[in-house]
Amino acid sequence: MLDSAILGIRWIGKTVLFPVRILGRVGLFLATAIFWTFVPPLKVERLIRQINFIGAKSVTIVALTGAFTGMVLTLESYYALERFGADALLGPAVALSMIRELGPVISAFMITARAGSALTAEIGIMRITEQIDALEMMGLNPFRYLIVPNLLAGIISFPLLASLFNVVGIYGGYVVGVKLLGVSSGTFFGEMPQYIDLTEILHGLYKSTTFGLVVTWICCYFGYTTGYGAEGVSKATTRAVVASCVLILVCDYVITSLLF
Amino acid sequence: MKRFDLELAVGIFFLIGIACLAYLSIKLGRMEVIGYKGYAVYAKFSNVGGLKKGASVEIGGVEVGRVKDIKLDPEDYTAVVTFLLNPEVKLPEDSIAAVKTKGLIGEKYVSITPGASERAIQPGGRIRETQPPFDLSDAIGRLIYGSPGK
Amino acid sequence: MIQVIDLHSTLGKQKVLDGVTLKVETGEVLALIGKSGVGKSVLLKHVVALMKGEKGKVLIDGEDITTAKGRKLEELRSRIGFLFQGGALFDSLTLFDNIAFPLREKTKMDEQKIREKVLYELEQVGLKGMEHKFPAELSGGMRKRAALARCMVTAPEIMLFDEPTTGLDPITAHSINDLIKRTHERVCFTGIVVSHEIPDIFFLVDKVAMLHEGKIVAFGTPLEIMRSSHPVVRQFITGGRREMEDVFEPIIEKLEEEFRAKGKCTQEKKDEKV
Ligand SMILES: Nc1ncnc2c1ncn2[C@@H]1O[C@H](COP(=O)(O)OP(=O)(O)OP(=O)(O)O)[C@@H](O)[C@H]1O
Ligand SMILES: [Mg+2]
Repeated sequence: MLDSAILGIRWIGKTVLFPVRILGRVGLFLATAIFWTFVPPLKVERLIRQINFIGAKSVTIVALTGAFTGMVLTLESYYALERFGADALLGPAVALSMIRELGPVISAFMITARAGSALTAEIGIMRITEQIDALEMMGLNPFRYLIVPNLLAGIISFPLLASLFNVVGIYGGYVVGVKLLGVSSGTFFGEMPQYIDLTEILHGLYKSTTFGLVVTWICCYFGYTTGYGAEGVSKATTRAVVASCVLILVCDYVITSLLF
Repeated sequence: MKRFDLELAVGIFFLIGIACLAYLSIKLGRMEVIGYKGYAVYAKFSNVGGLKKGASVEIGGVEVGRVKDIKLDPEDYTAVVTFLLNPEVKLPEDSIAAVKTKGLIGEKYVSITPGASERAIQPGGRIRETQPPFDLSDAIGRLIYGSPGK
Repeated sequence: MIQVIDLHSTLGKQKVLDGVTLKVETGEVLALIGKSGVGKSVLLKHVVALMKGEKGKVLIDGEDITTAKGRKLEELRSRIGFLFQGGALFDSLTLFDNIAFPLREKTKMDEQKIREKVLYELEQVGLKGMEHKFPAELSGGMRKRAALARCMVTAPEIMLFDEPTTGLDPITAHSINDLIKRTHERVCFTGIVVSHEIPDIFFLVDKVAMLHEGKIVAFGTPLEIMRSSHPVVRQFITGGRREMEDVFEPIIEKLEEEFRAKGKCTQEKKDEKV
């Protein structure tokens, strides 16, 4: 009786402490990475390679999703605004939603799907094939060679891709709004500067920069701590993508509420 | 060759990204030109419902400045709105500032009707005459139920 | 000199190392033998502190690597070359860049010199002309040999080889063993070789240690091991086949001959350092 009670208490302790411990580990991982970011030399060549991988190679998919997001957003907004006779606000409505919300978030999702999963798999495979051990054996720090370039590449690439997403999206909206729905081109663009100022754009940039850090951090962490075998890598990849997507939305909410 | 391709790809990516960012902030957004040159004047309104910082200040539909700040005067409970005005525009002392709405439910802005006085308002000075915004729901209410409280 | 003192290690729920004590003198090569899955690779990783046991020490020239940190650990490891069982070549780099990697990152050697050195090492392991290939484009045996070249290119004082010849055809395997032997004669490194090639490996090494159930059950010169009456050792080196006993005599004779011819190598590099 007493035994099972103790067992129960121990079980509760374990299940509570386990997530706390994981949290600590993930945090330490980031702290270590930040530490190594500021210890020169920076591996510029790796950084360029990762910007190419995370950033340059995502241009097409981000532009494509951006265009369709802008188009459907314009359609939806038009039907809503038209009821109030406020279709003059179509341009600003589309631009604002893109810049503040959809641009950073959807582009982050797309990059996570395309590059984040690959990042986890790559680092995970390096872990299970002992390449990370080999780096350590050469007296080279794996954080400097693998993690730091990825985090920096994420922080640099995400805002640029989100901007691309926004511009393509707004033009997609323009095509639907002006050519299809017949809003005048002057109204569509002309009203925008009234509603968008630098704070809105900065607001979007804060978000996408944060997402860049969070996604690369989470994906690197899961890759770096992969379990053994191909199954370990596939599990790590799935978890990394799910965790990244959830965290994108959580951070999105937190940042939005902080900025108001 | 391989390295060259890589650098080229990253270079193009940077160009595209920065061009998009620049386009957004300069063309679409009202870039707050740092240290927007202008002089400040203020006005007191009984009600500024819906007016926001950064809203435009217009004379005859032409933008001449921005709303810099909105505060409550703790003594007489009026809203104190500070404007930054284009230095080339001199306001006569008896000008009237009004909070207006673009379109039916559009954005609030401040419209100034210049007066006829010879003397101009000095930087830091006050526009004495103001009009609160036209309140649509209030007006509809009055239309339907007659004027309440009269 | 490598000293392993009473090393215990548990992986998961399994006690893999249960009090291993082992000593490799400077300039000697030790063959580590034992059944698959007995913990040979795990032991090697403890020697370089890639894994940490719950008890015990590993001394590299008298300095404890299990408690070393930061610069100290880096300095100790930089003296050790490690051939991973799976090769552990970097997938993202060509063969050339893989082998040049430790030179570029850890030395100030100029590119011309690096080129010469890398091409020389590649030729030594029989991979001439393959330098532009990526590891994924190579066979398992080729990867192993490239990894060996990467391990040797910095000419470390201590080299640990985890199954350098597994998965190679007999001729290549022999040439790799020969390469290790020649390198040893040239630079006189201190080494541990994990190998299943019995008795071939006995001609290469000075000492043999057998790992069984977490402990070193036999330690001695190859001759002593061949003559050992320890049942586990006998069973292991004969592969459990009685008829193998018959072919032992000529091997022992050959070993004796080899042993007499072999002089003690001297480690000039050590002297230079002082
Ligand atoms: N990271 C690990 N986590 C848990 N158990 C492990 C780990 N690495 C190895 N083991 C276990 O330790 C034991 C020893 O493994 P090790 O790789 O050292 O064997 P080995 O002697 O090198 O075998 P082989 O000759 O096949 O290479 C195995 O039973 C394995 O299950
Ligand atoms: Mg092994």
